[in-house]
Amino acid sequence: MSSIISVANLSKTYGSGFKALKNVNLDIQRGEIFALLGPNGAGKTTLISIICGIANPSEGKVTVGGEDIQTSYRKARSLIGLVPQELHTDAFESVWATVSFSRGLFGKPKNPAYIEKVLKDLSLWEKKDNKILTLSGGMKRRVMIAKALSHEPQILFLDEPTAGVDVELRKGMWEVVRTLQQSGVTIILTTHYIEEAEEMADRIGVINKGEIVLVEDKATLMQKLGKKRLTLHLQSKLTTLPESLSHYELDICDSGATLVYDYDTNGDRTGITSLLSDLRTAGIRFNDLDTTQSSLEDIFVDLVRTS
Amino acid sequence: MNYRAIRAIYLFEMARTWRTLLQSIVSPVVSTSLYFVVFGAAIGSRIDHVEGVSYGTFIVPGLVMLSVLTQSIANASFGIYFPKFVGTIYEILSAPISYFEIVLGYVGAAATKSIILGLIILATAGLFVPLHILHPIWMLTFLVLTAVTFSLFGFIIGIWADGFEKLQMIPMLVVTPLTFLGGSFYSIDMLPPAWHSVALLNPVVYLISGFRWSFYEIADVSVSVSMGMTLAFLAICLGIIWWIFRTGYRLKN
Repeated sequence: MSSIISVANLSKTYGSGFKALKNVNLDIQRGEIFALLGPNGAGKTTLISIICGIANPSEGKVTVGGEDIQTSYRKARSLIGLVPQELHTDAFESVWATVSFSRGLFGKPKNPAYIEKVLKDLSLWEKKDNKILTLSGGMKRRVMIAKALSHEPQILFLDEPTAGVDVELRKGMWEVVRTLQQSGVTIILTTHYIEEAEEMADRIGVINKGEIVLVEDKATLMQKLGKKRLTLHLQSKLTTLPESLSHYELDICDSGATLVYDYDTNGDRTGITSLLSDLRTAGIRFNDLDTTQSSLEDIFVDLVRTS
Repeated sequence: MNYRAIRAIYLFEMARTWRTLLQSIVSPVVSTSLYFVVFGAAIGSRIDHVEGVSYGTFIVPGLVMLSVLTQSIANASFGIYFPKFVGTIYEILSAPISYFEIVLGYVGAAATKSIILGLIILATAGLFVPLHILHPIWMLTFLVLTAVTFSLFGFIIGIWADGFEKLQMIPMLVVTPLTFLGGSFYSIDMLPPAWHSVALLNPVVYLISGFRWSFYEIADVSVSVSMGMTLAFLAICLGIIWWIFRTGYRLKN
């Protein structure tokens, strides 16, 4: 896969002296869904703003579809659709007018059939003549997406697309995003919801304090950093561990009812086989056992804490 | 050139005008009519002719300019300030459109609006006093140049303002006094010599003088000086806007 966005040595220092981005390097592959995770104030929105032309970079270079965002901004920007985090809308405009305006702004000839399709795909068709101020929050969000899609972009930025959106709508939004990806659009989304990244993304980048801490395939990331936890539900309660098991990192939980063992899936030896046989030797019996994989959320929290 | 983008911004801004017709057109017309009633009829009937023209007729160009100046600034400053205020500016900044095209769209619409308004006020004036325009082409030239220049000035204020108070401050505290003192209602020749010299520092004097000349061939300063000053102010505004976009002042930082 070739990269469609390339960010090299990008830094941004605001007038106040605050360094929002520090030497960021990032490549986005054509056709992927890339999730950018990071706590509040990590630099996610600043990064997007620079790529889209809303903020000036202090240092570094960004190309979009091979076009430099500063020297060849027309070509670069015409490839991008942006859905910002905040619901910025022209309250007194109709849905149809505002979406058509966006298309004109990006220099595309009128195409009512295409706008109609976008509005129908986003379930906004019935509301096309309504003023935006009469719409619900979820609908306004979809109007923003329709505006971003109005000029048939190859890249779509979704800055916190499902913030404050109920579960039902969020799932609907995911559907929309998947359909877009199938039509060949590259999608970059920032999110607070780890679940969302886990559900949607092909690759995940983590940004913290203005630095890209990690970029990885989601599956690799989950595997690489993923820890597994084996939980044994004991037949009879245990107060202390027998001496023969002391070299395992075992925790007694639920006032002795369960034993918990954390292991790394990457390790050559997980130690499970010997643990089980040692338990048997020690005469500890169990009714049930289960294993769970740590979620992206655990990984994320770990990363942000240590970086 | 991204003509479609210029058109989109222009039409968007014009649509705003039609939506707010009462505020945009009707209220300036009403206030101008009041000026005519108060200054033209009530006070003007007690004032003799000014430089050979009846007082009511004399104030027509000044009144048109007064509205064109204030409305150009108000339209253009609000036009660009509002997207900044509600956040929709993100779309303009992320569009494949040059700064020049952005200015063309916003300032073009603001100037169009105030030119239309100026002509409406002129027509309204015709209901109160007989109008005669000796140099209609020059009249239109001054009208257009003033509308464009002050729309540019308004655009600058709209970018600079970071609150509604600042948005109002320059028009209220600077432009309105300058316009009133700029000879809308009198010839600056009527002033004592010292104040006459001070008045010549007021750029609005030149605009009104040139505009009035195109009506009656009476002027406080020569018409070429008027034109020169108007163009100079236009150039200054263009220079400031060029700087704003080059540095991203209040927009991209």
